[in-house]
Amino acid sequence: MSLDSSAIRRHFPFLNQSIRGNPIVYLDSAATAQKPDAVLDAMRRQDETATANVHRGMHVLAERATDAYEGARETVRRFVNAKHTDEIIFTKSTTESINLVARSLGSTWQEGDAVLLSLLEHHSNIVPWLQLKEEKGIDVRWVDIDAQGQIDLQSFEKQMEDGRVKMLSITGQSNVLGTRPPLKEMIIAARAKGARVMVDAAQLVGHAPIDVATLDCDFLAFSGHKLYGPTGIGVLYGKRERLKELPPFLGGGMMIREVTRDHFTVDDAPAKFEAGTPPITQAVGLAAAIDWLQQFSWSDREAHEQELLNTAVDELVQINGVKILGYETKNQERKTKNFHGCISFVIDDIHPHDLTDLLGQRGICLRAGHHCTQPLHTHLGINASARLSIGLYNTVEEIQLLPAAIQDAVKKLK
Amino acid sequence: MDLYADIILDHYRAPRHKGELANVSVTHTEKNLSCGDEVTLQLKIADDGVAELAWTGEGCAISQAGMSMLAEEIAGKSLAEIDALTPADIRTMLGVPVGHRRVKCALLSLHTLQNALNELRNEPLQSWAETVGNDEESR
Repeated sequence: MSLDSSAIRRHFPFLNQSIRGNPIVYLDSAATAQKPDAVLDAMRRQDETATANVHRGMHVLAERATDAYEGARETVRRFVNAKHTDEIIFTKSTTESINLVARSLGSTWQEGDAVLLSLLEHHSNIVPWLQLKEEKGIDVRWVDIDAQGQIDLQSFEKQMEDGRVKMLSITGQSNVLGTRPPLKEMIIAARAKGARVMVDAAQLVGHAPIDVATLDCDFLAFSGHKLYGPTGIGVLYGKRERLKELPPFLGGGMMIREVTRDHFTVDDAPAKFEAGTPPITQAVGLAAAIDWLQQFSWSDREAHEQELLNTAVDELVQINGVKILGYETKNQERKTKNFHGCISFVIDDIHPHDLTDLLGQRGICLRAGHHCTQPLHTHLGINASARLSIGLYNTVEEIQLLPAAIQDAVKKLK
Repeated sequence: MDLYADIILDHYRAPRHKGELANVSVTHTEKNLSCGDEVTLQLKIADDGVAELAWTGEGCAISQAGMSMLAEEIAGKSLAEIDALTPADIRTMLGVPVGHRRVKCALLSLHTLQNALNELRNEPLQSWAETVGNDEESR
């Protein structure tokens, strides 16, 4: 059975608006996905009926808030198939989750230790490591990609060879090219060399099932707002024994066991990494998003999204001067099976900001820029690109609006 | 009024003073890193004024048209007149509504010009915050 997109669209209030008389066509879900009413309602209900701090009071509202917050943690555990609920840490974003690991684990590293990244990484999985490079003299190494944006496994093996890589920190899905590194294969190889592995699943999480038990990664990070949930909530999964080794990150309330005038002892995970009042309503919203999503089967979702991207590629390649990043037109074989969640493109002599500004005036929302991936854009030899990214609410008809809109914009600018 | 007004598109499609000069007094490049807009401005100074100028660049229509229009504006002007230019003058010159998202695109020309003169005079370069800050003051 395929997805009933008109039924899905009824769940999304953002569609009840127009831009200068045009229906809104939202093709920027890789930046932030829109929220269904199930998420909005759950957050509102939480705020209305259970506003209180968690783990800090004996009264009825505090109990409700704590139950809701810890219930959300259990929902996330099941969602990623972690063994223990205490392996799920709530943060404010994927970025904070990665920084937590980089800062905490990095504090135990020495000069000459190395982290291995791929050219597909988002700045959030680059800069925390470059900060460690500046502070501690660690090496930041890179795995190359090929012309289709796939990981160059030879380059990966070469970087792992000398055994100095302490951590492979890698995206599950590129936020620009929409390609996916062969995670399982790379994780096995990295672990065989004694390296830890962190997966940046910010993009992957909305488009593929995540199973940390099968992946056997040490850490995995994602955000609520790429998963039809709210902003302000991120998740860090960490294996129980890894979290035990990790020094705490932020200090404050909640993360301690005991504090004296000159000493403190640290609580166990997850509290150890959740100093301060956490994003409670946002955790509830994230759990509601996960529950909402689970009414759809993965095979239906993947078929729907692949149809959208195939349509987008077919439409875009027919426009003069359009080049889809990672797509080789000289090869007749359809390459779209390599794309997930998004495709990015450039148009000869048209700056992506001008294109998306003009598209935006017609209600068509695409992102333009370097998408927080400057090393990738430098590698591709471009300054910026336009990105089309999809969600469950998008339809083939929406994608088919693009060629005319793009051609009008090009006509205006040329 | 539309950001992509005819005057902007005209300068974008047929930029004025675009090219390169030899024996210039100063060559200065500025970039808008978040967008990838880039402009290199060359000035030949004589008698305390701009005797000749040329520029090259790459980027969005707003940044490139802005440089083209500003180049026309300052050709033959005295340095005193050029020093008096404010971001508000650039907004008037562009004549289109520039929203928050496009402020740096719109002011790249002025930022480059002012820093070219700073470089010429061996004065410290001004930051984007200073250029944009001047924008807020001058509005």
